[in-house]
Amino acid sequence: MQETASTPRIVEIRQNILKKNDLLAARLRKRFHQAGVYVVNLVSSPGAGKTTFLTEVLSRLAERYKVAALVGDLATDHDAERLRQSGARVKQITTGTVCHLEAEMIERSLEDWDLSDIDFLFIENVGNLVCPAGYDLGENRRVVLFSVTEGEDKPMKYPTIVNSADESIITKMDMAELAGFQRDRFYDSIYKVRPGISVYEVSARTGEGIGEWISRLEAEKRAFQQRAGTL
Amino acid sequence: MHELSIAYSLAEIAVEAAEEAGLKQVKALYVKLGVLSGVAKEALLFSFDVAIQGTPLEGARLIVEEVPVKVFCPDCQEARILPAPFPMRCPVCGGKTGQVLEGREMELSALEGGDSNAGDGIYPADCGNSSEYPEEK
Ligand SMILES: [Zn+2]
Repeated sequence: MQETASTPRIVEIRQNILKKNDLLAARLRKRFHQAGVYVVNLVSSPGAGKTTFLTEVLSRLAERYKVAALVGDLATDHDAERLRQSGARVKQITTGTVCHLEAEMIERSLEDWDLSDIDFLFIENVGNLVCPAGYDLGENRRVVLFSVTEGEDKPMKYPTIVNSADESIITKMDMAELAGFQRDRFYDSIYKVRPGISVYEVSARTGEGIGEWISRLEAEKRAFQQRAGTL
Repeated sequence: MHELSIAYSLAEIAVEAAEEAGLKQVKALYVKLGVLSGVAKEALLFSFDVAIQGTPLEGARLIVEEVPVKVFCPDCQEARILPAPFPMRCPVCGGKTGQVLEGREMELSALEGGDSNAGDGIYPADCGNSSEYPEEK
């Protein structure tokens, strides 16, 4: 077949490939702001203790606030079941073969929830440190969790997610000694990919660090609402 | 592997952009991928071929430009390109910085098209893939 005689022309586009997700996320963020919902997106590898940490946080917050959680999972309802024990409103998002949550899934899951009746919304992303990085979910804060058993160099293996996060949490601190966790090496690793990122050390089992983390979250919610004028 | 989702998003916005630009045929898509985008180039190239099957882009080429990390060094007051995604230190003075200016992009930067072809609409004339991917019923 002959090449056609048409003149090739280059048209500049300059659009983010995930433009649609970004637009949806911006719309969600606006709704959250207006309703006064503070949203936290939790990302980690499977087994980093995200669900255990979140269950503890939800239980404590539920005493004083209206809390809710959306849990992204490939198939089972296991994590959502555990989270429900905290007394929070919990909904599972089954992603099937999709390895991350997208803004559209969040929007759909919120259809029958009254946002004005929620103070804190936690989104537990699918256990994966690669794919969720590019997908804005309209959250206020993105938190990346690492456990002491995952190896101190792990942040360096996932520079993209660490760079997209607002803070990091080290989980299972009660096992640090047993796991031979070297604190300095971990901090060295995470600061290499993200100098100055805030890091919190917690243990859901002993309760270490959880109270402090929650106090800070409450302070942030207040500050955010003062700025937004919804307090 | 999220590259497949990304490839579908790419195909979707490219089809819309081609229509808006009045391109009847798309020969190539130019994409910028930051080394901090979290997207693997090889996986995206592979997924792209899958994602454009049966779309007006079928047969188009994907040309990926990888964008290195550029940070702002507060000590030098200069933008600096890093030889590797980390450590996030100024390659000149060694100062630490977390201010990423470039390297996160995942962008459809341009489309290469032609105004007309042999009359096959938007499909390239030499597309011989149709028999390799029979429609499943
Ligand atoms: Zn410098």
